[in-house]
Amino acid sequence: MRLWHEIPAFAGMTGEKGLGENMSIGLAHFLTVAAILFTIGVFGIFLNRKNVIVILMSIELMLLAVNINLVAFSAHLGDLMGQVFSLLILTVAAAEAAIGLAILVVYFRNRGDIAVDDASRLKG
Amino acid sequence: MIVQVFFWLFATLLIVSALLVITLRNPVHAVLFLILAFFNGAGLFLLAGAEFLAMTLLIVYVGAVLVLFLFIIMMLDVDFDELRARFSRAAPLGLLVGGVLVAELVFVFMAWQPSPMAEKLRAAPVAEGITNTEALGRIIYTDHVFFFQMAGMILLVAMVGAIVLSLHHRKDVKRQDVAKQVARQRKDAVRLVDVKPGQGL
Repeated sequence: MRLWHEIPAFAGMTGEKGLGENMSIGLAHFLTVAAILFTIGVFGIFLNRKNVIVILMSIELMLLAVNINLVAFSAHLGDLMGQVFSLLILTVAAAEAAIGLAILVVYFRNRGDIAVDDASRLKG
Repeated sequence: MIVQVFFWLFATLLIVSALLVITLRNPVHAVLFLILAFFNGAGLFLLAGAEFLAMTLLIVYVGAVLVLFLFIIMMLDVDFDELRARFSRAAPLGLLVGGVLVAELVFVFMAWQPSPMAEKLRAAPVAEGITNTEALGRIIYTDHVFFFQMAGMILLVAMVGAIVLSLHHRKDVKRQDVAKQVARQRKDAVRLVDVKPGQGL
């Protein structure tokens, strides 16, 4: 098995920034992918303001982007702390999805649809 | 070379499937593309060397969370075409916010460089000669056992919360109550009536 610090893209803190002359895959590539993914998640929330299921899926996409950031920095710096934190984010994301979907089920049971843009029931 | 090829493959598929997730009309298809996105994210994790996280992403996310999404979508009988009515009104604002956000993030990431002292500031430098999973296990169960237990507590609270939220006792359905049946006495149910001849009850 190949250990992760043997992968040439992440050979440790050599001071190289990924988008250098040799076009090898480095930190900047991962961060750019994560930035685009995060933006897609934000845009998805704007695009589907009524559909709470797609909003939850957009939040999952944003959390995946954050995880990619943490893992990329972890690999670049040779520090495992980022991966530990990413594991915690995974835990919280799973809990958030479970609670969100439970709220969705209750909301659907009470109202008969899941259109959330006019959800003003909590105002009384 | 192989790293580059797979990076571009995973990254392209990840972004394309993420775009499809937020634009597809049918939420079942959206969830299936979300699963594809998470598979490609796991591929990126593998390229970065985080094997344990990649496998956790597949097992926990694709195996549990996204299947839960599919369950909920198929369980709720929702007219999803109606939900798309406002598709275009908020889209320009979203495009504006998204464009500004991605420009800022890319500028920040392009200008970023590690501090010369960063190497000494590492909290858990990677150990030589052991696999990623073993290295993670060594620090999670020793130095960061508190975080590990907190994650367990968060999952427990979330589980209890989800059960409490969705537990629903319908009043209009007849149910079997075993305790009530067992506690039934003869004197509550049977009555001896002394019937006089020729009178009836």
